[in-house]
Amino acid sequence: MEIFLQQIINGLVQGSVYALVALGYTMVYGILGLINFAHGEVVMIGAMLALSSLTVLLGLSVPPLLALLFSIILAMAGCMALGYTIERIAYRPLRHAPRLAPLITAIGVSIVLQNLAMMIWGREYHSFPQLIVNATHSLGGAVINDIQIIIFILALLIMAGLMAVVHRTRLGRAMRAVAENQHAAQLMGVDINRVISLTFMLGSALAAIAGLMVSANYGLAHYYMGFVLGLKAFTAAVLGGIGNLRGAMLGGLLLGLIESLGAGYIGDITGGFFGSNYQDVFAFLVLIVVLVFRPSGLLGERLAERA
Amino acid sequence: MMVETTLLKLSSVGKQFGGLSALSDVSLHIRRGEIYGLIGPNGAGKTTLFNVITGLYQPSVGEFQFNGQGYQACKPHVLARAGIARTFQNIRLFANLTALENVMIGRHVRTRAGVLGALLRNRATRNEERAVVERARELLRYVGIEKPAQTLAKHLSYGEQRRLEIARALATDPLLLALDEPAAGMNATETASLKSLLQTIRDSGITVLLIEHDVKLIMGLCDRVAVLDYGKKIAEGIPEEVRKNPDVIAAYLGASHD
Repeated sequence: MEIFLQQIINGLVQGSVYALVALGYTMVYGILGLINFAHGEVVMIGAMLALSSLTVLLGLSVPPLLALLFSIILAMAGCMALGYTIERIAYRPLRHAPRLAPLITAIGVSIVLQNLAMMIWGREYHSFPQLIVNATHSLGGAVINDIQIIIFILALLIMAGLMAVVHRTRLGRAMRAVAENQHAAQLMGVDINRVISLTFMLGSALAAIAGLMVSANYGLAHYYMGFVLGLKAFTAAVLGGIGNLRGAMLGGLLLGLIESLGAGYIGDITGGFFGSNYQDVFAFLVLIVVLVFRPSGLLGERLAERA
Repeated sequence: MMVETTLLKLSSVGKQFGGLSALSDVSLHIRRGEIYGLIGPNGAGKTTLFNVITGLYQPSVGEFQFNGQGYQACKPHVLARAGIARTFQNIRLFANLTALENVMIGRHVRTRAGVLGALLRNRATRNEERAVVERARELLRYVGIEKPAQTLAKHLSYGEQRRLEIARALATDPLLLALDEPAAGMNATETASLKSLLQTIRDSGITVLLIEHDVKLIMGLCDRVAVLDYGKKIAEGIPEEVRKNPDVIAAYLGASHD
């Protein structure tokens, strides 16, 4: 029972990060019908930028919270610029090309970013500085620490904020209109290039925060961290129904739970043959199962409409 | 004098798709405050001309002037800002948005709140948002579909969807409202009420450009009519003249052109 509760907690925390990243995939897909496989790399760049900035600022003995705040803003700004640039140079010229072309380009962008990051930050793992006294709390036999609590609450707040932007504001309305019908949106005076750019920037800002959360949670950052994380978040988006914002959030949290519970019990189930290091298997099992049995995802009706 | 009364002017506009010439040498001008009809047999180039006027197609040759200003290779959203709004032959609403939201999108060009405003929700943004909702409700009332404001567009009846499209177009505060076969698929009662709606719109000072198959509707409603056939303008004038024009009769009835 303690293991169960512990895995639920871990799953929800991890899942909330997946959800933030999955939102980036799903927003872009909703508007362009494009899977931006470079999105995981944006998460990694966000983590790296934040980490570098933190290291420098703490070295100058700036107060930790101030340093953190500045680093978050810097990472978000950097990732927004990156997201804008990726769309502008890699996807926009291919807007009317067959769908396979931008998909391949996305993989190319992903490889370029990984190698760029390796050149800048090297191949080694960077440890994330300790900013706060990370107290742990006992919760019915399970353990949760301050960083996990902050990650979970912050992720929920950000998601609520995003929903408000999408459903209550002029920009959100324009985004939904472009997702529904680009021609008609244009004729209503919506500048679709602008909306697409802003969508990429919004998704990238979320990615930056997610990157910071992951590296704070594990205490590590690495040039390759975005790849698997990106694939998992993509899985989460597919699980929830790609193109659907609520689906991405639901899919992220569910995937986190599935993965964490799977890792917690795989040893018992297989009599110790597989250990928790097989955790990653679950995410991709989910991906395969969803693609075979319900390719439109849990909440995805929109996909059927588009296909 | 011409500059003041002419709202839209096309000079020798042509449009080619590969080797096919969909429009050739079309010149016309639409005066402020009139209802201008565009008719012609199927495939005559009406919708192509419409798409050129609203910026969906770039003309291959020719000049395009709107409200005293020349436009070349213009994006639809720029023309929307300049004051051209349209509806589609096959309705193109935002199906998964509510009726009210559809109209609110139309206000997009006339509002300014940016990303920052959207995130901060400052007073100016909130006031603007409130004004947008108010104006959208007003327009729904104007076209006669205020009740289903919160219904998703895809759940509205066909006639309501047509009206919603008009409301959405009006929300952009157009100088020119271009309607592509608004009466298509409507019964006689619906057509009659559409006719009076268009007259109300014209009386409110908005110029109307109308493509229509329903020749009776066009003749009863329009101040002036142009007839297209095989991508060329074959006649233009007041309905009574056009009706008697031998070329028009030939185009519609298929008489020989010798």
